[in-house]
Amino acid sequence: MSDLPSPLRLPPLEAEKKPPLSLDEALAEAHRCLSCFDAPCTNACPTHIDVPRFIKRIATGNIAGAARTILSANVLGASCARVCPTEVLCEGACVLGDHHRPIAIGLLQRFATDYAMARGIPPLRAGPRRPGSVGIIGAGPAGLACAAELVQAGYEAVVYEAAEWPGGLNTYGVAQYKMTPRVSLQEVEWLARCGLDIRCGVRVGVDVSLAELEARHDAIFVGVGMGAVPPLGLPGEDLPNVVDALDFIADLKLGRPPLIDRPLRGARIAVIGGGNTSIDVTTQAARAGAATVWLLYRRDQDTMPAYAHELHLSIEHGTRLLCHTVPVRIVGQDRVTGLEIEQVRPEGEGRTAPLVPVPGSRRLLEVEAVVRATGQGGVDLLRQLPGVAHRGGVVQVDEWGRTTNPRYWAGGDCISGGKEVVNAVAEGKRAAQGIIRDILARKTS
Amino acid sequence: MADLSVDFCGIKSPNPFWLASAPPTNTARQVLRAFEAGWGGAVWKTIGEPIINVSSRYGAIDLNGVKMMGLNNIELISDRPLASNLRDIAEVKRHFPDRALIVSLMVESRREAWHDIVRRTEDTGADGLELNFGCPHGMSERGMGSAVGQVPEYTCQIVEWVKEVARTPVIVKLTPNVSDICYPARAARRGGADGLSLINTINSLMGVDLDLMSPRPVVHGASAHGGYCGPAVKPIALHMVAQVCGDPEVSLPVSGIGGISNWRDAAEFIALGASTVQVCTAVMHYGFRIVEDMIDGLSQFLDDKGLRSVAELRGRALPAVKRWEELDLNYRVIARVDRSKCIGCGLCYVACEDGAHQAIAARRDERGRTEVTILEDKCVGCNLCSLVCPIEGCITMQRVDDFGDEVLDWRRYSASPASYPHVRSNRHD
Repeated sequence: MSDLPSPLRLPPLEAEKKPPLSLDEALAEAHRCLSCFDAPCTNACPTHIDVPRFIKRIATGNIAGAARTILSANVLGASCARVCPTEVLCEGACVLGDHHRPIAIGLLQRFATDYAMARGIPPLRAGPRRPGSVGIIGAGPAGLACAAELVQAGYEAVVYEAAEWPGGLNTYGVAQYKMTPRVSLQEVEWLARCGLDIRCGVRVGVDVSLAELEARHDAIFVGVGMGAVPPLGLPGEDLPNVVDALDFIADLKLGRPPLIDRPLRGARIAVIGGGNTSIDVTTQAARAGAATVWLLYRRDQDTMPAYAHELHLSIEHGTRLLCHTVPVRIVGQDRVTGLEIEQVRPEGEGRTAPLVPVPGSRRLLEVEAVVRATGQGGVDLLRQLPGVAHRGGVVQVDEWGRTTNPRYWAGGDCISGGKEVVNAVAEGKRAAQGIIRDILARKTS
Repeated sequence: MADLSVDFCGIKSPNPFWLASAPPTNTARQVLRAFEAGWGGAVWKTIGEPIINVSSRYGAIDLNGVKMMGLNNIELISDRPLASNLRDIAEVKRHFPDRALIVSLMVESRREAWHDIVRRTEDTGADGLELNFGCPHGMSERGMGSAVGQVPEYTCQIVEWVKEVARTPVIVKLTPNVSDICYPARAARRGGADGLSLINTINSLMGVDLDLMSPRPVVHGASAHGGYCGPAVKPIALHMVAQVCGDPEVSLPVSGIGGISNWRDAAEFIALGASTVQVCTAVMHYGFRIVEDMIDGLSQFLDDKGLRSVAELRGRALPAVKRWEELDLNYRVIARVDRSKCIGCGLCYVACEDGAHQAIAARRDERGRTEVTILEDKCVGCNLCSLVCPIEGCITMQRVDDFGDEVLDWRRYSASPASYPHVRSNRHD
């Protein structure tokens, strides 16, 4: 089946920031759960994990059962336990949040899923084999969730992954302090053992053609995520050490030096953005030893799309936030030595108000690197997909995740433009259900 | 400051908090430390012919992370030589003459054996005797403990033997492992007892170790029934204390025992007629220091209520302990939810819907939380919703009838049900 590269090849890196719960901590926390009726935490979860049920199982010492409850709703429960913004999802909805302290649902989920992963308890059971096959492009959260759902229903799912490692952003794009690539890869391997066929280093459109895929499979699921950050159009943008946010994070995660000709430790960095990815870069850069980290955002702090708790964590790490600030020019001879910035002010209210420069406000930040975190563009492959409509790198889908080509389905960042892992899982699962219902079920009936 | 001192059938104690006869009162070292901590009295762990014990001896039941809701033991009476115990008792009494020191006794059911142990014990200077007719395990199989307490005639007989020689007050400790505790209580009275203490531990199997397939506490892969105590038994003990205190044929001072962990528990026992209380499990859990909060809390409570002494609290709730048929059928309460306090957990809804009277409606509010509404015409005032609600004061039961002090009890109602149609409205079709 899948022949995955061993996670043991990864360099030893910084461990996850939040330590796991001990058994006693988990039991004490589980006992605090009220077991709400129509639990808001479950409703707040895009994959609708039955939170009170899994917590009750922890409380009664049935940890494997707790993991099964989680994984039956969200097969990537182990990574979601680490990377989900629980503060605004399950834990944000917890009824104890107003007057007490919300239940640490993320940590309890991690406790249960880590328990199951460490013991090799299968995260899913392949269903009785039925005729029907789906080709899945991209072994990220959406593709894996789609494949898992199909395999459980008895269908063949073949996942084609262009990169060396599977896992997509879980492996390459989630900041190291939240989740190590090792955890992501172990999780994928755990799934693969249950019957997912994952083929890494296979570029669709290069190593295998779309025509071949169409001939081989009854349906194709596109879970390719987003692509590179489009250029900002700044002078000096092509200088070395002007990097994309996700490349920066991926380099750190895989033990590659993110900057050319100098270590990150002691460097001064300017990050341009305002979304969650830009925040991840600032926190991660500070943790990796950067001397000064600037974050440039063109509007005010309240308008910033990043989660408040993530921004707070970044500022705790020493990030210097520059609001109402835009980059003007990247300075340097053979590599970056500075970033010229300028103050702007909005004309009117809201996130779309036009911004006008404040005269005489230009100044130079001395930095050795500039990180672009201004939003990703689409993946080139989209243009090759026959009859699949997309706009700005985002594929158009119906409520089941079906594209404008009825044989093609999509989910994850390539339909949302960039959301949480848990959303990608929900979308992958939903598309699988749509595929089963619509194409494969018709074929097998 | 209220007066906490008590006089229990002539035994004086600076406060009503006594240590029960149990592992915490096994040695002079322990009881000296307890008296230093402030305990008003102690009942020495039962002495008699020394026994041997098994290992292990205690088992506990936890509830949702709270340890030792209930405790049981298969330990027997003191395993120390009689002479050592008597020497220790004398030493403690010498150091703390103002505290109540009572000695629990258990010997074989022979007149001479009882005469002998009573005389030797009283020679120590102890203030009183407690006859252990309650131990439900080990000793009972040898014709002692609850084997005596379960047969009123034996109880009466042994108390008579003891009273033939005793110069100090004789307290009889009763077993709850009977169908009606008033019978052995009355028997003790007939035998001449000066006071009663109750309850002793309850027959129990503490649980099953599902790996070993053995009951707990495990003694080489097996166990035996043992005596159950701790917070979980308090309601049973309260009932029995109220029964005995309310029985005119008994009419003896009572020392209340059973799950008392804090001043509030103690106040409840005293309100139902107990003169003193005895504590064991809470000390086994947290140590002697807990008495400080018990003294402070009870004193504060008495002051808050304008009561000048423990005696003024004693029995205050006893007249309200009635038979069901005496209860007022006119009285009607319904649940009211304070929306400003509600956190939207929906526990009241599911409890009422599945477990009670389908009198709460629920809907999901704009925050995704459960918003509940009491259906007042369906609510029978059972309390369940207010019991499961995790927020203090969120669900309260409010009186809705207009009958004031006019009581309609079952006897009056059943003589002429048609005359009271409003009573019928308080039930399902």
